[in-house]
Amino acid sequence: MSKETSSISNGRADLLPVLKRELGKSGSLSKEVMSGVAGKTSLPLNEVYGVATFYAYLPVLPTGKNVIRVCRCVPCDLKDVQAVIGSIKKEIGIAPGETTADGKFSFELVNCIGACDQAPAMMINGEMYGNLTPTRISEILKSY
Amino acid sequence: MAEKRIVLSNCGVIDPQNIETYLARGGFKGFVKARDKMKPKAIVDEVKKSGLTGRGGAGFSCGLKWELAMNAKAKRKYLICNADEGEVGTFKDKYILSHDPFGLIEGMCIAGLAIGAQQAFIYLRAEYHFLYDLLCRAIAQAREKGFLKHMDIQVFEGAGAYVCGEESALMNSIEGQRGESRYKPPYPPTRGLWNMPTIINNAETLMNIPHIIANGAAWFSAMGTGRSKGTKVFSVSGDVKRPGVYELEMGSCLSELVVDLAGAEDIKAVQVGGSTGNIYPASMIDMPLSHETCLGSGAVVVFNTGRDIIDIVHNNMHFLNEESCGKCTPCREGTEVMMEILGRLTRGEGAAGDISALEDLARTMALASLCGLGQAAAVPVMDSLKYFRDEYIDRIDQSMFLRSYLSGELSKSKEGIR
Repeated sequence: MSKETSSISNGRADLLPVLKRELGKSGSLSKEVMSGVAGKTSLPLNEVYGVATFYAYLPVLPTGKNVIRVCRCVPCDLKDVQAVIGSIKKEIGIAPGETTADGKFSFELVNCIGACDQAPAMMINGEMYGNLTPTRISEILKSY
Repeated sequence: MAEKRIVLSNCGVIDPQNIETYLARGGFKGFVKARDKMKPKAIVDEVKKSGLTGRGGAGFSCGLKWELAMNAKAKRKYLICNADEGEVGTFKDKYILSHDPFGLIEGMCIAGLAIGAQQAFIYLRAEYHFLYDLLCRAIAQAREKGFLKHMDIQVFEGAGAYVCGEESALMNSIEGQRGESRYKPPYPPTRGLWNMPTIINNAETLMNIPHIIANGAAWFSAMGTGRSKGTKVFSVSGDVKRPGVYELEMGSCLSELVVDLAGAEDIKAVQVGGSTGNIYPASMIDMPLSHETCLGSGAVVVFNTGRDIIDIVHNNMHFLNEESCGKCTPCREGTEVMMEILGRLTRGEGAAGDISALEDLARTMALASLCGLGQAAAVPVMDSLKYFRDEYIDRIDQSMFLRSYLSGELSKSKEGIR
C-alpha cells in the first residue's frame, strides 16, 4: 500500500496499484472485480471504470491466459510487423483482437514498447521479445 | 566524433544488482558532497550554472525548475523521475535503468536535497515491468547505506498510456485519476502532485546530476553548444545496420550518429525526436543535434529510399490519435481528422483539398491544444509537406485519376449491359 494513503482519505491514491493487483489475480477487470475495487478505495464504480478504461494494459474484457502484444509503431512497422502478425496467425490461428478457443492466448496490437533497436518486437505478459522471425515466433509461442 | 559516455559511463561496467560496484567507481561521492558541504541554494545554483536542460523532450532549464520548487513554501514537496518513456523510437531510459539504477538514485537524492522533497516516485511505464524488482532492490540497497534519510523513493508503475509521459498527466495518473493533461498555470513547481510543489525530471536528466556536482558546472557547460550543454543519449532505429543507444556531445552532427556510428545507407529521411519529431531529408544530414535545431527525446529513426513518407506520417498520426487523452478538442478531433485524411492518401483515395485541410488543422492544433501531444502532432506532417510535397501531390493526382478512370469504366460497363 502507498505511504501516502494515510493522508488521502478517499483511497484514490491507491486506485491504480489496486487495479493492477486485482488484474494480476483475475486476468481482466470484470464489473464484479471493479465493484470490489470501488469498495476497497471508497470510490464510485463509474470512477473506477473511467480510470481502468483509460489505460491500454488494464483490460476490462476477458483476455486469454497469455496476452500477446505486438508493437505496430513506425520502427517495428519498418521491419515488417505484418509478417509477425501473419506468423502468429499461422501458429495459433488468431488475428489481432481475438482470443484462442482454448483461452490460452489473446492477441493485441499495441503502441511502442521501447524495443525499437530489436524491431519487430512483442510482449507476452511481462516478457519482451525482439528480433522476431517466423522461427523465433514459433519457438516462443510453443514455450507457453 | 566518437561517443562520449558520461551518463552511460557505468553501463556494462558495474553490476546493476550490487551497489558496492557503483560505490567502487566513485558512486554517491556527489551526493555526499551535496549533503555535507552544500546548502540547497548552492546545489541549485550549480545546476543552473551548468546549463543542464531536460532530456525527455521539452528541454526546459533544470536549475530554473528546481529553484522555483526550492523557493515554494509548503509542508510537503515531491520529486518524480519520469521513466514513462513512451515516445516512439525511444529506448535509452530502458537501457540506462537496466544497467545503472544507482546513478538515477544518486541524482534523485541530490535533487531531493536541493528542493526539499520528502517523498520521491519513479514513474515506471508498465511495459518496463521487468525492471521493477531491479529498481526496488537498488533503492533498498541505497536505503541500507543511509542515503535515503532525507527522502524516500517509491516505484510507481504506469498502465500503458503514452500521454502519461507528459508531466501533468503523469501526476494525475499517480493521484489515481485518468491520465489527462492539466490546465497550466499553475505549473508543478508551484502546485503539482496533490497540489504540492513538485519537480518532474526525465531519468536521463537526473543521471547527469551526480556528475555535475562531483565535477562542477564549468566542466559540464564546456561541452555542447550555446543553449545545449553536456551530452545527449540517442536511441537509433529504423534502416540502420547498428541500431542502439549512443551518447554524443550536444551539437554533434546527425550524420556522425546515423552514418558513422549506426551505419545508415541510402537515406531518404530521418525523423528526430519521436512521433511528433521533425523529419529531415537526406540533404540535411549534417544538421547539428541540439535544442537549437532538433532534438526531442533523442529518438532517431532512419528511413531509406524505399520508404513511403505518407505511410510513416500516417502511422505516427494513428499512434497520436489513439494516445490522445481526449480532454481538449483540437487534439482529440484534430488527430482524428488528420488520421482520416492521411489514411485515405495511403489507400489512394486522396482528394484535391487534402493538403490545405492538413495545413489549416495544423495551425489550430499547434495554437490551441492543451499539451505537447496535440501541439506537436502535426509537426511531422508539416515537415513532410515541406520536404516531400511532390509525394502528396502525386498521390492526390493518382487518386483522382483512379477515381475518374474507375467511374469511366463503370459507366462503360453499364452501357455494355444496356
